[in-house]
This record gives sequence, structure tokens and C-alpha cells, in this order.
Amino acid sequence: MSATTATAEPFAPAPEPVRRGRAATLARATLGQSRAKVGLVIFVLILVIVIFGPLFAPHSPTEFVAAPNSGSSSHALFGADSLGRDVWSRFLYGGRSILGLALAATIIGVGLGLVIGLSAAYLGGLVDEVLMRIADVFMAFPQIVLALLLVSAFGPKLWLIVLTVGISHAPRVARVIRGAAQQLVERDFVKAAEAVGEPRRRVIFGELLPNVTSPLMVETGLRLTYSIGLIAAISFLGLGIQPPHADWGLMINENRLSLIVQPWGVMLPVIAIALLTISTGLMTDSYARVVIGIDRGE
Amino acid sequence: MSKFLIRRIIFGILTLFLVSIVVFAATQALPGNAARAILGRSATPERVAALTAQLHLNQSVASQYGHWLGGVLSGNLGISAATQQSVAHLIAGRLANSAFLVLVAAIVALPLSIGLGVWMAVKRDRPADHVLSMTTLVLAALPEFVIGIVLVVLLATNVAHVFPAVSLVPPGEHAWDEPSVVVLPAATLVIAVTPYISRIMRASMVEVLESDYVTMARLKGLSNRVVIWRHAVPNAIVPAIQVSALQLAYMAGGVVVIEFVFSYPGMGAQLVDSVANRDVPVVQALTIIIAAVYVILNLLADLATILVTPRLRTAGR
Repeated sequence: MSATTATAEPFAPAPEPVRRGRAATLARATLGQSRAKVGLVIFVLILVIVIFGPLFAPHSPTEFVAAPNSGSSSHALFGADSLGRDVWSRFLYGGRSILGLALAATIIGVGLGLVIGLSAAYLGGLVDEVLMRIADVFMAFPQIVLALLLVSAFGPKLWLIVLTVGISHAPRVARVIRGAAQQLVERDFVKAAEAVGEPRRRVIFGELLPNVTSPLMVETGLRLTYSIGLIAAISFLGLGIQPPHADWGLMINENRLSLIVQPWGVMLPVIAIALLTISTGLMTDSYARVVIGIDRGE
Repeated sequence: MSKFLIRRIIFGILTLFLVSIVVFAATQALPGNAARAILGRSATPERVAALTAQLHLNQSVASQYGHWLGGVLSGNLGISAATQQSVAHLIAGRLANSAFLVLVAAIVALPLSIGLGVWMAVKRDRPADHVLSMTTLVLAALPEFVIGIVLVVLLATNVAHVFPAVSLVPPGEHAWDEPSVVVLPAATLVIAVTPYISRIMRASMVEVLESDYVTMARLKGLSNRVVIWRHAVPNAIVPAIQVSALQLAYMAGGVVVIEFVFSYPGMGAQLVDSVANRDVPVVQALTIIIAAVYVILNLLADLATILVTPRLRTAGR
């Protein structure tokens, strides 16, 4: 990996077909592990519930159908929640907000972190120092505390929560990407691109980016897992999605006081959130193992 | 090494200074008159005027910040907008309760996760290792509040009723006067951090067990227990110590949601309440305290790494 032994490096990064071949090999090796298969099956299952669930909901998520906290009946499969709404229908509707917001936060966080990390590694010097100091400041808050600080200032607005969770991911992603990219900036293919006069932006996104895809994928998986947990937690605290919207995190908050008489209002969303984070965690771990295994031999 | 350390400490202080600006900027973001935004529309003009004076809102932003930072550094954290009590008085007991919770969790989690890591490494690739590896991987993916609620269902309400589901502590008393209220919140924290530390310990221990000096020690005829605990563990523990310090720092944020789950009377539950009430002086005080704890623990993680790594200790950086 050192700069002096990189003489055999091709003039330009590996051509497209080779990279696609590598991606296919990685995907096949990842899915060869049983834990990845389990993760994928669970993830697809939850995804189907999230996307198609509302089509099969017997009631509207905000309609009052039975006595509050009443048990299972022919009218309401999993009973009614603390306000008398159908738990099953609210569950079928409640995954869209959490998964949508988590995906958006992940894209913002990983995208921002990628740009910051690559820029810091490539530009070096003062830019690197300043970017990493700013990253330190935002990493001085636990992620949930940063989110709460901003919610206290602006109120529980959804765009704000997505942005905060994304911003709190960015410095953490930036550190990893910077570390991976720093090993590349001295290599010959980067020097060659500079020598032919490619603009900095092209060097960063054309030469460096294609070579940090493995750590980028691992970070995306990790950040998605954490985003789901954070977004769910903020709604669970009552500071995210607001009533009467059906959302898994909010459902747990609304029904936790009637846990003993009506456990389903809490258990269905808890199980769904747990399965969702476990599935993304399993897939990320499998991919990370494959990447480490393959990279070791290079 | 001392030069490196001094540099790290200076950067830590600089970071905290910038953190204080971010925290302060949160008040500035409130639309219109901050005092009115904090107190709500029903506030009397007298109360708005009093809070305006207290926050120095009629002065320049820089001077407001100066007053606030000076207050924080001298322990004067202002007056709570919601309860009209002094913030320092309001949060002192809660800080102690949170510190107690984290301490209990750390005392259980650290030896437990080191022990688990060693055991997994010794039983490498046997069923016990596979089961534990899988369990820790699954637990590491779970959000803290999910772990907390599952514990409530299993041990406090539906399945068995062993511990209280709500951590009630009478006013004027501390969490350690009612030890049963700490059990479930602490168990949640332990379950949240143990996977990370034990997985690192396992990986590090596996490497050490394959090394030549461990083989040498075995060939000398030393008992298995001596080889593992005297020769292997002291060398394998370095990465685990660093991760442990990071996980302690993580607990400073983890307590926020966990305390809310159990209504545990600590600073995390207070933070959630204050955010919901938009009690800005309390939110500012708590976030800056949590950030300070977080920065200091990260510094200690660096320090611990240097101290337990002879190569870095003597490098004279």
C-alpha cells in the first residue's frame, strides 16, 4: 500500500468492466454467508410490509374503531391502541416515515461525509486541519444530544431531524473516508491524473472516489442501521413525528403506558424496528468481512 | 509523549470552546424575541422582561455569549424558564443519579465483556463462539430503547414482574437509596455496550493466541489458565481498553433515551423534558455538560491507549 511500491499501478483507475466484475464477486461472496442471507430475507420482508402494508390495512390509521386498549377481535386483529385506533392498521402504515427518513438521513450523512473526507485527504494542509477540527466539534456531542439541541431550538420539524441525523453522521463518515483516501493520494494514478491537468474536482470524484467504494459501502450500511435507531428514538421521545400520524417510534411512545393490558401496540413496532436494524446490521457485517478478506491478499 | 498529550488537551479545550458556541447559537436560532419564544405566548410582559434581562437579550450577541460563558465557567448556569429554579440546583441531583447509573453499568459491563471476549477467543470456531458472536452482532444492531422496552416486557410487566418498570425515586432521595430502580436501566446500558467491547477483545485475543510467545508458554508446560490470563490477556487488552473508554463516552448519550424509557430521574430524562418544554437554559447547561464529559472521556481513551502501548509510551512524540 505504500507509495514507493505502486509502480505497477495502472495509469488510470481500473477500467469499468473490471470494477463491475469485482462488485459482482463481492456481492456473491457476501451473499454466500448464511448471516447475509438471513439479513437479506428479513430486510425484504420488512420492506414489503413498509411498501405494500397500507394496501392491506383494514382501517384508516387515524380512525377510531374500538374501545381504547381493547383486545383482539374480529374487527381489530391486534386490538385497539390507547385511543381506540386499530393497532394492525397503524402498524402497516407506520413503517414508511421511519424508513424514508432514515434513508434520507443516511444519504445526506454519507454524501456529506464522503465529500468532506475526500477533500480533506486530497487537499491536505490547512483545509484538512480546518475540516477535521470542525468534524471534532460536531463529534463532541453524542448524536442524539445534537439532535435534541437543534429540536429545542427549531421545534420538532421533520426536515430538521433528517438534516441533524445526517449532519451528525457526516464527521464520522468523513474520518473513515479520509483515512482510506489518504493512502491513495500519493499513488501514481492520482499523480498521473494531475500531470495531465485534470481539475481537482475530477481527480477527487473520478480517481479517488472509485477506489474508496468498499469503506463507503460499509459506512452506508452502518449509518443506515444507526439512522433507523436514531430516527425511531427521536419519535419515541415524542420529539419527531407528531400525532396523529402512524409511526413505529411514536406508536411505542403512545402505547407504552398500557403495555400490560394491550402489549401489541408496543410489541409490533418494537419487533419491526428490531428486525429492521438486525437485518441491516447482518448484511453490513457480512460485506465488511468479505472486503477485509479480499483486501488482505492484495 | 507529554508533548503529544499537551497538544491533545489543548485541542480538547479548543473543541469545548467551539462546542459552547454551537450550544449558544441554539438560543440565537429562536425566532423573534427569544424570551417570548421560551416562555410561550401566554407569558406576562413582566416575565418576558425579566427573562430578557436575565439572558442579556437587549445587548449584542457577543456580549450575551460572554455573559453566558462566564456564568457556565463559574458554575452559574442561569434560571430554568419552566420552573424558575436555578439550573444548577435543578440538575445537580440528576447529574449524580446519571453518574451512578453509568458507574454501575460500567462496573458490570467491563469485566463481563472482557471475560466474554476471552472466552469466545479460547472457544474459537466452536459452537459457543458461534452462538455468542451471532448474539453480540444482533445486540449491537439494536437501538437502546428497543433493548430497554424488551427488558420491561420480560422482567417488569408482562412475562415476569421482578423489577420496577418505572424508576421512581422520592424527591430529595438519590437513586442509590432505591437500588432496585437502577437494575433495568443499568442492564440496558450493559447490553448496549458489551457487544462492542467483547467483539474487539475476541478479535485481539484470537491474534495473540496465535502468536509465538503463547505457543512458547504452552510448550514450557504452563497451565492453560496461566497462559491465557498471565501471558495472553495483558497483551490482548490494549484495543479493548480504548474501545471501553469510547463506550463509556457513548453512555453519556445512551443514558438520554434509556432514562426516558424508565423515567429514571437523571440528566437524560431531564434533557428530554426540557427540550419538549423548550426550556433553553436547562438544555444549554445539559448539552454542554454532556459534551464536556464526552470530550474528556475521548481524551482519556487516547491517554489509555498511549499508557498501555509501550511503543507509543516511549516514542517521545
